[in-house]
Amino acid sequence: MAKLSQDAAPIFEALSRFKNMRIVPFDVPGHKRGNGNPQLTRFLGQQCMAVDVNSMKPLDNLCHPVSVIKEAEQLAAEAFGARHAFFMVNGTTSAVQSMVLAACKAGDKIILPRNVHRSVINALVLCGATPVYVNPQLNQRLGIALGMPVSAVAQAIRQNPDAKAVLVNNPTYYGICSDLKTITDMAHRHGMLALVDEAHGTHLYFGENLPASAMAVGADMSAVSMHKSGGSLTQSSLLLTGDGVSADYVRQIINLTQTTSGSYLLLSSLDISRKNLALNGADTFRRVLQMADYAREEINQIGDYYAFGRELTDGDSVYDFDGTKLSVNTFELGLAGIEVYDILRDDYDIQAEFGDIGNILAYISVGDRPQDIERLVGALSEIRRRFKKDKSGMLRHEYITPLVVVAPQQAFYAQKESLLLEKSCGRVCSEFVMCYPPGIPILAPGERITAEILDYIRYAKEKGCSLTGPQDMAFTHINVLKGV
Amino acid sequence: MQLWFTEKHTPNVDFSIKVDRQLYSGRSAFQRIDVFESKEFGRFLTLDGYMMLTEKDEFIYHEMIVHVPMAVHPSPRRILVIGAGDGGVVRELTRYDSVQHIDLVEIDEMVVTVCKEYLQQTACRFDDKRVTIHYQDGLKFVRHCEDEYDLIIVDSTDPFGPGEGLFTKEFYGNCFKALKNDGIMVNQHESPFYSVDAVAMQRAHKRIVESFPISRVYQAHIPTYPSGHWLFGFASKKYHPEKDFDAKKWNALGLATRYYNTRLHTGAFCLPNYVEELLEDVE
Repeated sequence: MAKLSQDAAPIFEALSRFKNMRIVPFDVPGHKRGNGNPQLTRFLGQQCMAVDVNSMKPLDNLCHPVSVIKEAEQLAAEAFGARHAFFMVNGTTSAVQSMVLAACKAGDKIILPRNVHRSVINALVLCGATPVYVNPQLNQRLGIALGMPVSAVAQAIRQNPDAKAVLVNNPTYYGICSDLKTITDMAHRHGMLALVDEAHGTHLYFGENLPASAMAVGADMSAVSMHKSGGSLTQSSLLLTGDGVSADYVRQIINLTQTTSGSYLLLSSLDISRKNLALNGADTFRRVLQMADYAREEINQIGDYYAFGRELTDGDSVYDFDGTKLSVNTFELGLAGIEVYDILRDDYDIQAEFGDIGNILAYISVGDRPQDIERLVGALSEIRRRFKKDKSGMLRHEYITPLVVVAPQQAFYAQKESLLLEKSCGRVCSEFVMCYPPGIPILAPGERITAEILDYIRYAKEKGCSLTGPQDMAFTHINVLKGV
Repeated sequence: MQLWFTEKHTPNVDFSIKVDRQLYSGRSAFQRIDVFESKEFGRFLTLDGYMMLTEKDEFIYHEMIVHVPMAVHPSPRRILVIGAGDGGVVRELTRYDSVQHIDLVEIDEMVVTVCKEYLQQTACRFDDKRVTIHYQDGLKFVRHCEDEYDLIIVDSTDPFGPGEGLFTKEFYGNCFKALKNDGIMVNQHESPFYSVDAVAMQRAHKRIVESFPISRVYQAHIPTYPSGHWLFGFASKKYHPEKDFDAKKWNALGLATRYYNTRLHTGAFCLPNYVEELLEDVE
């Protein structure tokens, strides 16, 4: 097979050829190019329905790629500097889970920061591995968790020489990066795999003046949300592997849980987005960075808001900062981040990525225009003029250091009882509790419920955060371990 | 030879003017700019294919957006104009000796350049010493102003394209902040007639009502705009457009106008029932 260049898009090209062949479908999906579902076809468009098709020889098969999907994955691997790239259609959640499941089995230890996305701890519930948490540093002013200090990772490795892997967020939702290179090298020296959650880091592979990417520092696996900063469709993602793991084994792990009917809408979006990133990424992210830097500067001139950036870097727990992230602390305004987030949408028709206790995050991407940035800044300035209030009684902290009593899988499947939230102090939680987004658990299965955590939950509810995770959808009750 | 300019007023209604020749066509960083010459309407300017002004009927728009607030405010000295790169608003404003300073904020420098070259009927007073032109996003400019202006005139394009930000609540709120405590804001307010325009008109009105204590709407008849029935918004911190309107004082200025007069001033605020209903729906 001749080597393809990055301006090829094999899946897209195969779908285009396939459309022209006008093949009569006696296979699924049953809407048959949209004919069987006129309303949906009007809504999504004929173009879209015509390529919502099933695996077949000319289009390859995601579970066992041998032709166009294989080529597209090879091109993606090359573009990202990886040994292998897997196209994922069950979200970055499934990329993260496959990465953890490929590294650990029941009883194995994995070293990770506690401020991970719930998908990571979910993977531990699935496979029965035990987390060894490294407490991230906290920034007192912003109330957010930072990266993992190298010394803390070194200590965790020393104390757990039998751990199988170290997992790192690169970057966090807020844009904070740990010293990925040093941590990766340290893990390798001790025979551990270096796994990286790069759900918020697709652009690190293509932009300039951005923090190092996982593959660039020699990490073994990375979950990359192409649909976030990469421009592909929601739910499409990539799992990258390096030299330290067998790609064929990883594929087997992926196939344990991933659909056998991979969507060609998602696959073609990955293929086309990879091509676009490879050809135009450097230029695109230069513009994104400019817009984010401009917005930061303007927002910081309004007063009270703090749009933080590279000034936070300290060579350790904030080793680097991803300047494309526009996180704004709202504490001095006397408003919780979630309140500013709600006002932006309800009063100004502006949807931010999330608002939590003290911050909002505005996601800046390839699709933004300078005039939209002006709207955001203008609205924030108006919110300050109209809504600023006394800040007494406000909570500052997004992150509370957890007390782990039982491993996640054991806690999730243990005998449990449902208690009123107010009566649960001191007990061990058997489920997740988190504000979504950002989806970083306040409580994970097996963790002690403390008065501080209950205060946080009460406050978050009062301010209007959407709390998710518990079995009780109204979240007046919480499941705790019986007899513990 | 038949050469016609056509704008879709709705997907089902075309508005066409027979063109004698095209004088200019270019693309700026923001939009496509064209100037045509026609027998019926003289020269006309279009942005992204939408009619902005014709030499034949621009006086209606410019007189109505300028003289109505100027006849209400007792001493308008410092004035901010947003958009209006064709110069028509500035032409009318500079006729008042009481005006001391005009800041004109136009996002697209090329519009000013093209109008100076091809539309001297409107672009004729940019060199007045009281006028300062800022080539900037209007939303950004006004964000940095506080308690500075007696009058803000928002001469925007439609609420899609580069003018989009000038129909937002953050913009109107920022204008409120930029005005002195007896300031007035007047804006291009779209049309009530065709449904898409009417929705934009209602959205703008709702946001202005939320931002200003006094918010009224007045009308004019502009043949080359969709349906010909056009609205302006009059938002104010203190002065009411009818109760605080001093006809004698304005007439004493002796300004010659072709559309505006002080009887029409009062009449322009009398709106058809269907328009009043559309406005009340969002008040």
